Amino acid sequence: MLKNNHSSSDALGPDAVLLQPIVATHSAFHYIALLLLGFGTLGLFAWMYQLRWGLGETGLNVPVYWGFYITNFVFFIGISHAGTLISAILRLSHAEWRRSITRAAEVITVLVLYFGVGSVVVDLGRPDRIFNVLRHPNMSSPLLWDVCSISIYLTASTIYLYLPLLPDIALLRDYAGKYTWFYRFLALGWQGTERQWRWLDRGIAVMAVLVIPIAISVHTVVSWVFGMTVQPMWHSTIFGPYFVVGAIFSGIASIIIAMALIRRIYQLQGYMKPIHFDHLGTFLLVFALLWFYFTFAELLTTYYGNDPAHLVIFYSKLTGRYAPLFWTMIITCFLIPVGILGRRQTRTVTGTVLASLSVLVGMWLERFTIVVPTLSHPRVPWDKTFYYPTWVEIGITLGFGASFILLYMLFTKFFPIVSIWEIREGRERALDEVAERVKSYLPDEQLEGERMAES
Amino acid sequence: MARWGMVIDLAKCTGCQACVVACQAENNVTCVEPDQAALGRIISWLTLLPELKGEYPRLTMRMMPLLCLHCDSPPCIRVCPVGATGITPEGVVRQTFSRCIGCRYCTNACPYTRRMFNWYRPEFPAELQQALNPDVSVRPVGVVEKCTLCHHRLIRAQEEAGVEGRPLAEGDFVPACVEICPAGAMYFGDLDNPDSKVSELARNPRAFRYLEELGTEPKLIYLAEGEWAGVEKQPQ
Repeated sequence: MLKNNHSSSDALGPDAVLLQPIVATHSAFHYIALLLLGFGTLGLFAWMYQLRWGLGETGLNVPVYWGFYITNFVFFIGISHAGTLISAILRLSHAEWRRSITRAAEVITVLVLYFGVGSVVVDLGRPDRIFNVLRHPNMSSPLLWDVCSISIYLTASTIYLYLPLLPDIALLRDYAGKYTWFYRFLALGWQGTERQWRWLDRGIAVMAVLVIPIAISVHTVVSWVFGMTVQPMWHSTIFGPYFVVGAIFSGIASIIIAMALIRRIYQLQGYMKPIHFDHLGTFLLVFALLWFYFTFAELLTTYYGNDPAHLVIFYSKLTGRYAPLFWTMIITCFLIPVGILGRRQTRTVTGTVLASLSVLVGMWLERFTIVVPTLSHPRVPWDKTFYYPTWVEIGITLGFGASFILLYMLFTKFFPIVSIWEIREGRERALDEVAERVKSYLPDEQLEGERMAES
Repeated sequence: MARWGMVIDLAKCTGCQACVVACQAENNVTCVEPDQAALGRIISWLTLLPELKGEYPRLTMRMMPLLCLHCDSPPCIRVCPVGATGITPEGVVRQTFSRCIGCRYCTNACPYTRRMFNWYRPEFPAELQQALNPDVSVRPVGVVEKCTLCHHRLIRAQEEAGVEGRPLAEGDFVPACVEICPAGAMYFGDLDNPDSKVSELARNPRAFRYLEELGTEPKLIYLAEGEWAGVEKQPQ
């Protein structure tokens, strides 16, 4: 393999700035990483503590057997719909504005999935027996469907992240000047030959088609964990699509926040422009409306169903104990994002980021107000016990959040967070391609001419 | 093959809770500290469910002994990812403590909240350690447990009948709660045998099954109180 002697700025032209995060590291990076590592360690310590003494160290009780951990599980798996699904849809629909955001989105998917899975492992009473799900699988359990669909999703989205990385890893191998052995190994001998490009294009196209149904299946199955029981306000046919919409909703919000941080920290304003935030903001607006539609439909159906077991939970959300959380959710998932994103003047970078932060808070609350109120009001009149998380649950939740951000930061230090070759492809080929495509939509000039002549 | 079921006559039940204590002692159910009990973490396979009816001053209370209903169509076993719970050919909803991964999906799927979780390692005071039942394994931390219908008693009864070379007779196998009931309000036997006492009682017009509209087909059958239930005592 020939070592290229050109410097990266010669070879990459204006896109050399995309390698800058890998080449140089600001000292603030280390401080933030250390802080996040501290939170991660707190989470690890909390988990060790819980392992030592038992799940009694959480705030869970009878009948609220699930709390923060399962809420986090649904929330993290929801966020994972950010990347892969959105990047696949944008790729397949030839949305040209995708080029600078696909990578940042796909990384979210792959990394956050580990924390989704981790949340379930932390929730287990016997994590030492986790392999029983492989040794004694019971296929009628929706939790086992989760095991299957999440493993498939993790595999598919990792491949889908890795394939478009190949040409960029090869660039790093040739120009980064450090960890060359590492990039050489990962580049799998990429030389950019015509045959390799053909295979890569085909591979990406196939994966983009594959990951869409897989992603939808994942969150549908997550919702079925609740939907397949007979418990009031869980046993609902709307849950599959409702959860998928919520997942994409929170996913878009997390992409927007990640992009805003990346452009600010790595000075990539030229790549992640206000137009990107405007487009994603519109996307977020559509999902805010969809989310509200589903929430409204679910609640209205419950109200008219008039089943006392359901209504107890219904009123505990609307007017009872969970009302503060429920109405905060309505405000943060619907009123704030629609208010900000519905007006073109406020659909700015700052505006979309504020809306996204609000949506993330709201969607976590949504997951919580699905899991806990149903469990606190079982059909059998039980002693009133209330669920409050303990420091163990809060510590693990913080630890997971911080570790996710830390891993994401580390990714940007080893791989370009904006796909370099896709940007170059956009510069070199996309303009002509789009012009060609638009021309193909228009009525054929020759045919028109003939028809005119005939008449 | 037998299909084990139980009938509880609420007209006879005095609410003395002897069944609760008998179950606790027979099955090595752990004693939960008061602070944990306040958090709602009592483990009781059998509990007395108070049900208030009417409004003050015409208020009556019904005490329903509630244990696992050993449903013929149990919502709990379908959802267990590792098959740690299942239904035996004789209709007992079993729990395999050594396989359970503690995900608590079954506890949430049970509409009767009759499944308990070991939040901590079960501990027994020194005095009670001598009294542990050697036929029943003590559960480890982090697993779900529930009423087994004193399955160890069934095994022993079957072995004894086997040694004597005869089929299991009615009354050979009785769970601890039924055995102890001083009011004679609990009956136990084979629901598939049309001549058994429980079959006869199950056909009683007072018979009902708890939340049977959920389609769980419970094998725990209650007999409602008669028309005199809750009537205030007439002044002499």
